[in-house]
This record gives sequence, C-alpha cells and structure tokens, in this order.
Amino acid sequence: MAPLFFKALLEKLNRGFWPYIIILSHTILGTSLVYSTPRSNVAFLVLITSLFSLYYFKTDSRFKIIAGAILALVVIPIVGVRNIFYLEVIFQISVFAALALGLNIVVGFAGLLDLGYVAFYAVGAYLWAFFGSQQYYVLSFAPGTQPSNLPFLLPGDAFYLFIFFAIIVAALTGILLGMPVLRLRGDYLAIVTLGFGEVIRVLANNLDKPLNFTNGPQGITPIQRPSMPQAVADWFNDLFGGIIGHTASIADLYNVMFYLFALLVIIVIIFVTRRLDDSKIGRAWTAVREDETAAIAMGVPLVKMKLAAFAVGASFAGAMGVLLAASRTFISPESFSFMQSIGVLSMVILGGSGSIPGVILGAATVTILNLQILQGFSLYLSELRQSDAIIPIINFAWRDLSTQLDPAKYQRLLFGLILILMMIFRPAGLIPAKRRKRKLASDTATAEK
Amino acid sequence: MALLETIDVVKTFGGLTAVNKVNIKLEQGRIISIIGPNGAGKTTFFNTLTGIYSPDGGEVNFNGRSLLKLRPDQIAARGLSRTFQNIRLFGDMSVIENILVGMHVHLKQSPISTLLRLKSFKQEERSAEKKAEELMNYVGLKGVGNEMAKNLPYGAQRRLEIARALAADPLLLLLDEPAAGMNPQETEDVTRLFRSIRDDKGITILLIEHDMRVVMNISEYIFVMDYGEKIAEGVPAEIRSNSRVIEAYLGRGAVAGQHEEKLQ
Repeated sequence: MAPLFFKALLEKLNRGFWPYIIILSHTILGTSLVYSTPRSNVAFLVLITSLFSLYYFKTDSRFKIIAGAILALVVIPIVGVRNIFYLEVIFQISVFAALALGLNIVVGFAGLLDLGYVAFYAVGAYLWAFFGSQQYYVLSFAPGTQPSNLPFLLPGDAFYLFIFFAIIVAALTGILLGMPVLRLRGDYLAIVTLGFGEVIRVLANNLDKPLNFTNGPQGITPIQRPSMPQAVADWFNDLFGGIIGHTASIADLYNVMFYLFALLVIIVIIFVTRRLDDSKIGRAWTAVREDETAAIAMGVPLVKMKLAAFAVGASFAGAMGVLLAASRTFISPESFSFMQSIGVLSMVILGGSGSIPGVILGAATVTILNLQILQGFSLYLSELRQSDAIIPIINFAWRDLSTQLDPAKYQRLLFGLILILMMIFRPAGLIPAKRRKRKLASDTATAEK
Repeated sequence: MALLETIDVVKTFGGLTAVNKVNIKLEQGRIISIIGPNGAGKTTFFNTLTGIYSPDGGEVNFNGRSLLKLRPDQIAARGLSRTFQNIRLFGDMSVIENILVGMHVHLKQSPISTLLRLKSFKQEERSAEKKAEELMNYVGLKGVGNEMAKNLPYGAQRRLEIARALAADPLLLLLDEPAAGMNPQETEDVTRLFRSIRDDKGITILLIEHDMRVVMNISEYIFVMDYGEKIAEGVPAEIRSNSRVIEAYLGRGAVAGQHEEKLQ
C-alpha cells in the first residue's frame, strides 16, 4: 500500500512546474541549513541529496545543467571552504565516483570482474610520486637515510603533463595485464586480477631496494602540486570572502582545486562512457558481457574488445592516481590495498552495475556512510560513554558500554550486510542500468494502428 | 566451385570421437540439411565449422579459403553466420541492438569518430539502424525494436536470432534446430522465411533439424550423421528410403517393418 502511494505521489510531483519548485526548495533548504549549522551532518546530507533530486525530477535540460553547475562549482566549494571537513568528504566522493565509473566500464559494461582495480590507481599515483618528488635523487639511499635539501626533479606544473602520461601508462599496464589473462573467463579472471592488484601493492612495498624507487612502506613525500598564483587566491577571497566569513588559505584553495579536477575527470569519464556505450564498441562490450560465445560468433573480436575495456577503465584510474598523489602530497602502499578494490567494486554493485547515475550514487552513499554517518555515530556513542547517562528501564549505564562496540569498527560488517540485502532485494542496484530507447519508424507505424 | 567443403574433419573430446572424418560439399544458393539422431555430432560439426572448436584433423574450405587457424570472429567476418540450438541472444540488450551487434564486422567507425560524433559516424549509425529495422520487419518482428530480447516470446526470439545472423550479410547461414519447440503454424512460417532468405538474398542455408516435415519440405540435399560419421547423403527421396538412415533412427529391427510413416 505505502509504496504504491509514494509512487503515485512521485509521479504527480514529476509534472508541470512541480519539479522546479522541489529542486529549488531542496537546494535552497540544503544550502541554508549547511550555512546556518556548518557542523551538522544532516544539513550536509540535505545539500548533497539535492543533486539527486536534480537528477530524478524531469525538468528542462538547460535548467538541469545550469542548476547542477551552480551547485557543483559555486555552492559546494563555498560550503567546503567554510567547513573544510565537508570539502574532504566531497573530494573523497568525487575521487571514488571517478574510480567507480572507471571500474564500471570494465565490470558493468564488459562484464569482466576485476578485483585488482586499484593497481592502476597505484600506477598513476606512483608515477607522479616518483617524478613529482625528490625520489629520483634518493634512488641510491635506503629509506630514511636520504640527505635533506634535495632538489625536486620536475617543476610542480608538470602535474598537468603527467595526468596524460598516467592515462597512457595505466592503459598500457591494463593491456599488459590483459594479454595473458583475458582468455580466462569469470572466476578465473577475478582471481588473476586480484593477484595482480596484490603484486602491484607488494612491489610498491618492496621496491626500496636495490634501487629506492618507492621508498617502501614509508611512502613518498613530499609530492609537488601544480602552482597556484596568489592572484587566484585573492580573486577567490574578494569574490566569496564575505559569504565564507574568513579568508581562505592557499591550502583550502588547493582542496577546492583538486575537487574541481576530480569533477573534470568525472565529466570526461561520463562523456567517454556514454559515447562509447552508444557505438559499435559499447554494443560489443555489452554483447561480450551477455554471451561471449554468441558475441564471437557474430564477429566481435573478443580479446581486442576486452583489452579495450581494460585499457579504458585503467586509464581513468591512472589519471585519478596522479590527482591523489598531488592532493595528498604523500602516498604509501597502504592506500592501494585489496580492501580498496573491494570498496570500489561494492560502490559499483550497490549503485547499479552499468548505470552511470547509479555508480555515482553508490560512491556517494558508501563514502558518506564511511566518513560521516558511521564516524558521527561513533562520536555520539563515545560522548554518551563519557557522560553519566543511563538507559532507563534496563538500568544500563552508557559508561559501561564496551569500546569494542565502536560503529566505525563495523564498517566492513555493515558493507557486507548492505551488499547481501542488495543482492536479495535489488540485485540490479539502486539505479539499474537502462538501455537507450531508439526512435524507430516501425514503432510509430504500430502506434497508429 | 563449392561454397563450403570439408575434407575428413575430425573432432575428438578425450576418447570420444564426436566428428569422424566428415566430408561435405555445399553448392552456392542451396538449402541443405544435416539430420541424425541425438548425439550424432551435428552441433559439434557446426562448432568446428564456425571456429568455436578447432578441428583435430581435416580441412575446412570456405569460399576458396581455408578456415583452419582462424578465430570465430574472423570466420564470421568471412561470411559464415549462425544461430544456436539453445537460443543465445543478448538478453539485456534491445531487439535492435542485438541486430546491430550482428553488423559489427561491417561497421567502420573508429574510436575517434565515435568520441567526436563525426558526421561519418552519425551517418553510419543511422543507416545501420535503418537496415536493422528492415531486417526486423523482414523476419516478422515489426514494432518491437526497443523491447529487451529476453522479454520476447520464444518464437520471436528464434526469429531475432535469424535476423541477427542475417545482419552480418553472410554467404552461408548455419541454422541449428531453428524450428525446435515451435508449433505447426510457427514451423510453417519459419520454413517460408528460410525459403525467402535463399530466394531474395541468395544466401546459402545449412540447417540442422529434427522436424522431418521441415527437412523433407525444404531441403534440396540432405546429409545424415550418426555416431560422428556421415552415413548417407542425397536428395530427400533417396534419404527417405535409405536403409542405413532408417536403421540409425529406428534401430536394426525396424528396417524390415513399416518405416515410411515414421519418417514422413
């Protein structure tokens, strides 16, 4: 009864001028909530979900683009500079959204289960970490023994160039990995990619000898960032300083900049994915996913198409790797663990394998759950623990609550539960993938009959 | 010159010889059937022709060139298209996309023109879509272009598989039990369709079929297989009265008895 009622209500709200009113009020509500209570998680959630009401409700596409651009390019950066923690959450969402969208090409479109996707992310990150730091001059020193005051190998602005290098290098790595393993199907492929992911991580961990390429488990730091002229900071502060309430520092502005870069990568991925999806290549990928034997019998070159999917997916991870290295100025093998690969994969599955909006929603949900809801809940519990509060009736003092019951520690359990529930109730994901409807002459002909 | 010729094709699985020294010769523009009891090796023979299995011995020559050592997709590109015994459509793709996948080898769009949506890309897509629609209408699937393939009724799925195979503009169409599971009316319709494919498009058809009404009605020539070997070949009238064929189908005792009705 209730779901039907909501469905009818949503349909009614999706007509006429209602969508505009909803989107505007949602956005304005979110913005003002965040503005008035800059520390509230709920306010932030209201603001972020307004992006999804923008996606869901049918409006003029120009309105959508303008409203989306204002939200993403103006509102979010301002809100982010006001509370730097929000900016971190948003940056992480956009990084994971980009990774999940890249993995979506491999898993969602071509149906190749890749359990070692972060390996390509690591390739990009270490590429810039090596060339964008002093590591080149540390080659012959064991970790921790390098002299200070070493020069940097390349200027920070080489970052832009290395985004393109990373795309090429990661794509080549994808092809190299793909060549021997893509004859394998399903489970076998998953196991080999899992192994490959671990190999890259172990390499990063151990390539500090005989020549010190990666500085081992200690990781590489400092890694350079592209330069930011003081004029840009002054311009930003002149424009938004009044709203933000304090002067934004260069460090804050760097965070905004990397968020915008991540956004740019996402836009490029969406553009490329959609165009490929709607062509010979995209159809061949889907055909391979649906039935390999039938696809090859129809003339689809299996290995070539799988390699293409691997290369395209890997290249985006490579670009994001460079971005990560520069934004953090520090990377270590820890960032590229198997759990990361699984995390990105679960975003794809949760959101809807093969569906672009779904995958973004998946990335946002998992990241927010991770960084805000679980940690917020942990914080709340620990406050209770320190207080004298008592649960009535059963007479339980919060103080006696075991520290083992820290929700943040149950992250994996929660993800596991979510994935199991999704598989049972909504196996196609939160926003399932749809095939494009084509305008066909024969459709109109039958409609007239 | 024969369109397709196989010389002593052998395919073994461990100790089992699924296809044993089969020689066939197909003339262009004919409708030819392969019949035989279950497990006779007919589908395995199809799979060795299309490269899904590579033969363990023998020669396969198609249109003047050897098909050995070619991958299935290369064989498809040479003009050998097929359908499957247990329908193998791309279930989560629409009807028209299934047919467009069939055209894969003929589409020339490069990644660059795809990404930039160049004029050449748009034109090619538009004409491919138009051609796919014509094929849909041709096999009798008007107006379902945007349906998911998996949602079509059984008979329509069979038709879609044929349309997808035709999309590659084949010289030779291999149909693996195309009338299986169809009612008499549907069977009659697809039989008519096969004949028109040959008559209108000049495509040679080789089919595996168990329904003797279809086989005897449509075939101009028949090969019979049993236990991996070709045991007979000839025009339908010859096959009907061939004692080895009757034996293979009905057992040794039946040869002397009334076999005529059973095979009709």
